Order: sequence, then structure tokens, then C-alpha cells
Amino acid sequence: MTMLTIENLHARVEGKAILKGLSLTVNPGEVHAIMGPNGAGKSTLGNVLAGREGFEVTEGSVTFMGQDLLAMEPEARAAAGVFLAFQYPVEIPGVNNTYFLRAAYNAQRKARGEAELDSMEFLKRVREKLKVMQLSPDLLNRAVNEGFSGGEKKRNEIFQMALLEPKLAILDETDSGLDIDALKQVAEGVNAQRDPSRAFLLITHYQRLLDYIEPDFVHVLADGRIVESGDKNLAHKLEEHGYAWVKDLGEPAGAA
Amino acid sequence: MTAERTDITATLRDNAEVAEALSRRYGAGFITDIETDSLPAGLNEDIVRALSALKEEPAWMTEWRLDAYRHWLTMPMPHWAKLKIAPIDFQAISYYAAPKNRPKSLDDVDPKLIEAYDKLGVPLHERARLAGVAVDAVFDSVSVGTTFRKELAEAGVIFCSMSEAIKEHPELVREYLGTVVPTGDNYFAALNSAVFSDGSFVFIPKGVRCPMELSTYFRINAGHTGQFERTLIIAEDGASVSYLEGCTAPMRDENQLHAAVVELVTLEKASIKYSTVQNWYPGDENGVGGIYNFVTKRGDCRGDDSKISWTQVETGSAVTWKYPSCVLRGDRSVGEFYSVALTNNMQQADTGTKMVHVGKDTRSKIISKGISAGRSSNAYRGLVKVEKGAEGARNYTQCDSLLIGKRCGAHTYPYMEVKNPSAIVEHEATTSKISDDQMFYCRSRGLDEENAVSMIVDGFCKQVFRELPMEFAVEAKKLLEVSLEGAVG
Repeated sequence: MTMLTIENLHARVEGKAILKGLSLTVNPGEVHAIMGPNGAGKSTLGNVLAGREGFEVTEGSVTFMGQDLLAMEPEARAAAGVFLAFQYPVEIPGVNNTYFLRAAYNAQRKARGEAELDSMEFLKRVREKLKVMQLSPDLLNRAVNEGFSGGEKKRNEIFQMALLEPKLAILDETDSGLDIDALKQVAEGVNAQRDPSRAFLLITHYQRLLDYIEPDFVHVLADGRIVESGDKNLAHKLEEHGYAWVKDLGEPAGAA
Repeated sequence: MTAERTDITATLRDNAEVAEALSRRYGAGFITDIETDSLPAGLNEDIVRALSALKEEPAWMTEWRLDAYRHWLTMPMPHWAKLKIAPIDFQAISYYAAPKNRPKSLDDVDPKLIEAYDKLGVPLHERARLAGVAVDAVFDSVSVGTTFRKELAEAGVIFCSMSEAIKEHPELVREYLGTVVPTGDNYFAALNSAVFSDGSFVFIPKGVRCPMELSTYFRINAGHTGQFERTLIIAEDGASVSYLEGCTAPMRDENQLHAAVVELVTLEKASIKYSTVQNWYPGDENGVGGIYNFVTKRGDCRGDDSKISWTQVETGSAVTWKYPSCVLRGDRSVGEFYSVALTNNMQQADTGTKMVHVGKDTRSKIISKGISAGRSSNAYRGLVKVEKGAEGARNYTQCDSLLIGKRCGAHTYPYMEVKNPSAIVEHEATTSKISDDQMFYCRSRGLDEENAVSMIVDGFCKQVFRELPMEFAVEAKKLLEVSLEGAVG
């Protein structure tokens, strides 16, 4: 069964058309990279899928696991299995990271009609996932993202993803601002979570992330549409030629 | 050191996540159907005498009240606070309401009263043992029962109603009453001194650490009455006590007046920790009804190395006018003020503290967290005063405001008077709002809007909640959640 079907998606931000007929199909187990120049609409796609307000869909549809995703509140999307790793993770002063995660985790379970975990059970899970991400346990006792370095914030996002076990993980420029060591750690965290039942959308400007996370499909987004799709070799082509040649592509290509 | 005064009026611009639609559930809004004895409405010398007579008070107490009343007549109602208050008709209020069938002991307490306190979660009977907190319950004008008296007496602690204290420990009451907040201190303190009906009295003798937390629960039940309680806590040399105070009232269309006075005295090396969770009925979303809360709370660190710490969580009342203060008279004495004040709908709060440094090397710390939602107005007003002789005095003030919605206001009025050049006075203030980014971040992780707001607010209040005794911290957190219900939509 198809996990995600985006058809002819048009979206506006502050009255300005950003997505102009984007179509994409994602199946369980697949890793799709969405690449494109600045302003192409990459982050808009992530935000529209996660349900951020201010991103107005004017045309098209998004079906996730047979449901109309666009009709759902952000928290319902999360419970259904959509996860967005933020480009700029948000600080929530005074709120303990573990407490936040447990509240989120249990809110999702509750929404799905599953039993909530008590703090002991939850902590056990946290410790297991912590090892995968090589995060220092003291991050758990700090406030959500408060005083985290750039790398810590991004790794914390991946850690949250590991804990929440989404069906569809959207990584919005998770590689931006990371040095090579942090990038590797993030990639390892993502790779550890690749699973036949889970799909990834990697939104990125640069090819280098794809050196560490090998995608099944690469799509080039330009001016609000997917203009080219291919396998990982497309990313290398982009790396060589830059985004300038994308503009020369005529008709938008179909989705994978 | 420069004195500074800032007035931050912050109004929110569009905040898509946090809308202004407001409604609220007030869980303590029930009325208990119980017969009461009350004095007719009105205030004059005869009423003051009648009140004193009803309470079988000694002549000195009656005179003390009359002095206060005469002083009150000469005073104008204060208008300096940032509050809009309809004129109060002091002649329309009854100054005394008491449940009939006054109980002789806890076992005689009317079951309806016990039921009322059960609904509020206040254990009056021996179940209180489980909670491990000694409770004095004040229903309208009188104390209806104090738990754990025997256990406390064994430790030498006196914990009883003020009425009893006047009869049974007159020497202590005469020595201390009105010495921290004099009868003519301010308009509402004068009124309270004239007509206070009951309250709690605590005396911790030399060297005694009070074996349990003490708690008073204030409940206004009768209509058209005011509540004027008076609390006096004395900790002798080396003594210490932690005292908790909770308040609720039924939902009524009228504004009811609550004008309390609390006096704390610490002698050498003594400490008092005073925590309040104030949840008087705040009025409805249109500002109809609710309690007018005019309270004078002051602690006097008389002895060297003594400490007074105020922690308050204020979520109720239509109007709050309250500045728990510390006079740091003893050398090296310490004053603290931790406050969370939340206003929603049409609520108005003007609250803060005064720290008066008199002794050498005195220290004070002020942590104030104001949360405004709906169309409410929330002001912090604080004075840090360092007297000439207060060599080496230090103060740290942190004053943060959080805005929810776009029609509320937050204001900060810090006053500083520093007369000793060696003093160090620090003030930090921030105003923020719950951002769309924070809301979306929480929601994208699965939290709904209300949970997201209460989590962010809880984080904002963390520094203050940490100071509360455990059970109170849990209650305070729940209270904020209920008070913010409907603040997002």
C-alpha cells in the first residue's frame, strides 16, 4: 500500500504561491531526497505536510495511509505517524526534555487508543534510544533545546524521531549547520531507523548528506514543482552542475 | 546605583495559534447550603462593638478595633495601583457571617461543612494524618476546626484560630498583633484591623522546628459578606515553620470583598516559609462577579540571621492588590519572594513585593512570573529599599511576563531606593509571548493546543513551583491548567 500520495499540491505563504503543482508518491521503506535551490519550496513542503499554520493549500491533495492528511490537526498527524525534524528546533524554557518527550509520546499513544507508559517504562525506552544517538544523558535533564548547540539540537530531533517511531519522517535541512562529525552522527541515527515499514523524506540543499544516507530516489524541486526525478546518481549530477541547469529543464518531470 | 522605572505595556500582534476566545471552568464555585448567623450589613462603631462582643473579646481588643476604625474613617481609598475598580459600598457589606451551631470540637463540625471541604480536597478529619498537614479551616468569618492540635501542642507549637488566641494567649497576641502591619498602615489594613473576624495564629517557641506543615484553608460561602481574616505567625529564636494557605469562594454575580492581613515575625536564626495558592472566584468571562482581593502581607525579620520566604500562586480573584513584603531588620537576614500571578478574561492583578533592607549584609531575592491571557491586566509592582545602615545589602530581582492572546496587558513597575553605596541591586525583566513556533513544535510532536500551552506555562513558572511544598506544587500546576482552559482556541 502506498504511504503518501501528494497530487498537484499548490500552497501559498503570506499570499505568495510557493508550491505550484507538486506530485509525489512514497511507499513504506523508501528514502526520498528532495533537493533544490533556495526558495524552491522545499521547507514549505515539510511544513505543509506537518500542518503548520500560515501555509495555505489552494489546490491538490495529500493522502497519508488512506487518510486526507490536510484535513487533520498537526497533533493528529503526529499521532498518525508523521514526524517533522525541524530545520530550526524550538526552545521551550523550563520544560524538561524527558518530561516533554514523555508527554508527547503518551499523547500520541492516547490518540491512537494505546496504553500510556509510566515514567519507569518510558525511561527504559529513552535509555535504549539514547545509545543509538550517542547523546549525553544530561541532555535529558535540560530544558527542551535550551542552550543546546546547533549539533545537539539536530541530534535531539533525530533522538525524538527514534523515540516516537513515526511512519513517515520528514527531515527538513537536518544537515544544515552541522560539521562533518555531527553530520555523520545524525546520519547514523537515521540509518539505524531505516525499516521496511518506515519512509523518509530528506529535504536538503546539499548532496553531502546523501553520502551518508543513501536515498532510493532523488527529486529536484524548482519553482514549486518536481522537475526531475531519479536515483542517487541524480544527486551527484546536481553536485557537478549546480542548480543552474535545473532551470534549463523544460517540462516538469513526473514523480517517482 | 540608579533608580529606574520601566513601564512595559506589551500588546500582542496576531498570534494565529493562540486565540482570544475564552471560557473557563471554576471547580470551587459551589455554594454550601448552611445556616449562618450574620451581622446586618453596614459599618459603624456599633457594628465594630457588636462584632467584638459576638466574639466575646476582652475590652483591649474592642478598643484596638475602634482605634483602627476611627483611623480608617480618615483615610481615602488608594488609587495608585493599576486597577479599575467600581466604587465599593462599605455599608452594603455584612462584616460577619458564621455557620450556626458553632462546633465545640472537630467531631461536632456540621457534616455539610466537612463535605464542602472534602469537595475542595481539604482533609479536616483524621484523614489529614495521611496528608501529614495540620489544617485550620476558616469558613466565612470563623474558624471551623483545626486538626492535629494535640500533636502540635506536644512540640510546644500553638496553632489555633485567631479568636481562640485572643482568649487563650492574650499576652502573645498583645505583644505582636499590629507590630508588623500597624492598624493605620493602609486603607485595607485599617479596615481589616477594625472588623477582622478570624484567621490563624501560629507560635513556634524557641528552638522548635515545627514537626509538620501547617495549613489554613479560607472559604467564602455566604453572599453579601466580606471576609477579613487576620493571620499572625511568630517564630522565636531558632524556630522554623512552613505554612500553606489556600482560598476559594462560590461563583456569584456580586463582587465580594476580601481584605486580609498577615503578619510574620522571625526572631534570631528563625525562619518562616509562607506559601499561598489563591484561587478566589475570578468572575465570569465578562468580568461579572468575583472577589476583590486586597491583602496586606508583611514579614519582619527582627532577629539576626533570620529568614522569611513568600511563595504565592495567584490565579483567582477579579482584582488582586497584594504585596507580600519583608523588612530585613536583623543583620544577615534574608527575604525571598517567589510569585506566579495568572490573569485571564477580565481579571486584574497588581501584585509584587517590598524588600526593605535595614540590617547589615541583608539579602533579598525576588522572582516574579506574570501570565496574562484574555483581556486581563497583570502588573508587577515591587520596591527594593536599602536604608542607610544596610551595609553590604544585596538584592536580585527577576521579573518575567508571558502573554497569551493579543488583548491582555503586562506591566512592570520596579522601584528602587538605595541609600547605602555598598549595596548591590540587580533587576532583570523580560516580556515574551507563547510563540507560534513553540506551539507548532509541541503540536507536531503530538500535544494538543491546551496541553502545549500548559506545558509552556509550566516551564515558565518552574523557578517558582520549585519553591512550593510538593503537594502544593502539583495543585498549583493543575490550577494553572484549569485557569487557562479556553485561553486558546
